[in-house]
Amino acid sequence: MKPEAPRIDMPSTANVGEIIMIRTKIRHIMETGWRKTSEGATVERNRLTKFTCSFEGQEVVTADLGSGVSQDPYFTFYAKVTKAGSFSFRWEGDNGQDITETIPVVISEEKV
Amino acid sequence: MSNAKITERHFSRRDVLGLGGAVVMMTLMGETPVLASPKDVKSKLAELADGAYQQKGRVSILLPTLTQDGKRTRIQVAVESPMTEDDYVKSVHILAERNTEPEVASYHFTPMSGKCEFVTRMRVAKSQTIVVAAENSDGSFYVAKARCKVARGAGGCG
Repeated sequence: MKPEAPRIDMPSTANVGEIIMIRTKIRHIMETGWRKTSEGATVERNRLTKFTCSFEGQEVVTADLGSGVSQDPYFTFYAKVTKAGSFSFRWEGDNGQDITETIPVVISEEKV
Repeated sequence: MSNAKITERHFSRRDVLGLGGAVVMMTLMGETPVLASPKDVKSKLAELADGAYQQKGRVSILLPTLTQDGKRTRIQVAVESPMTEDDYVKSVHILAERNTEPEVASYHFTPMSGKCEFVTRMRVAKSQTIVVAAENSDGSFYVAKARCKVARGAGGCG
């Protein structure tokens, strides 16, 4: 499977104090390490174990992902925008996997 | 007449009891090493609550009552909370009673979250009860349960 950038859907502008919805999806097999091939060999464990979303260095949401999280982990959550800045997303997994993505948010000037 | 019919089947009390015992043994032997049991979830909850009273309410779960795809079942959780510095939801844990491992995922929130609500997709190995526990910053502990039936052959743990 080709490595693919995580898909993150969130508004690019927001008002101060607004709570925005962030939808994230990352392509990952999330192999539990219990499955066996038809030859009987165990498929090696390959999971994402930790997800972190932070805003300007401050943690917003973190998640410990277990075996029950499905393939291509999808996660929708909310975050409060206090100022202009950028959200950074980080997924960590087995064998030192580390995927990061940063998305900026601009404060809309029309509505005060 | 009816009595005669029953004796024709030749099922004694001992046979019936023995059969029941065999079925119980088979399920015990077949499942114990593979899947978790509601007992595991109970002990996990006690560990997470750490002495706090496990209250009902505040947590709502949206989960299909019947799913055709246990590999990726959508679960939506919402916890009522003002999400301020003084009172916010610290963690939300999803536990599955009959998955291989009961711990599905734990989510940790901060006042920066604004709203404690999320959607994710989880694996459901077979028809079972999903337990969601919310830990608040003031130490209170809320638990909610939802039942999810998995269509035959659509179980989700690989």
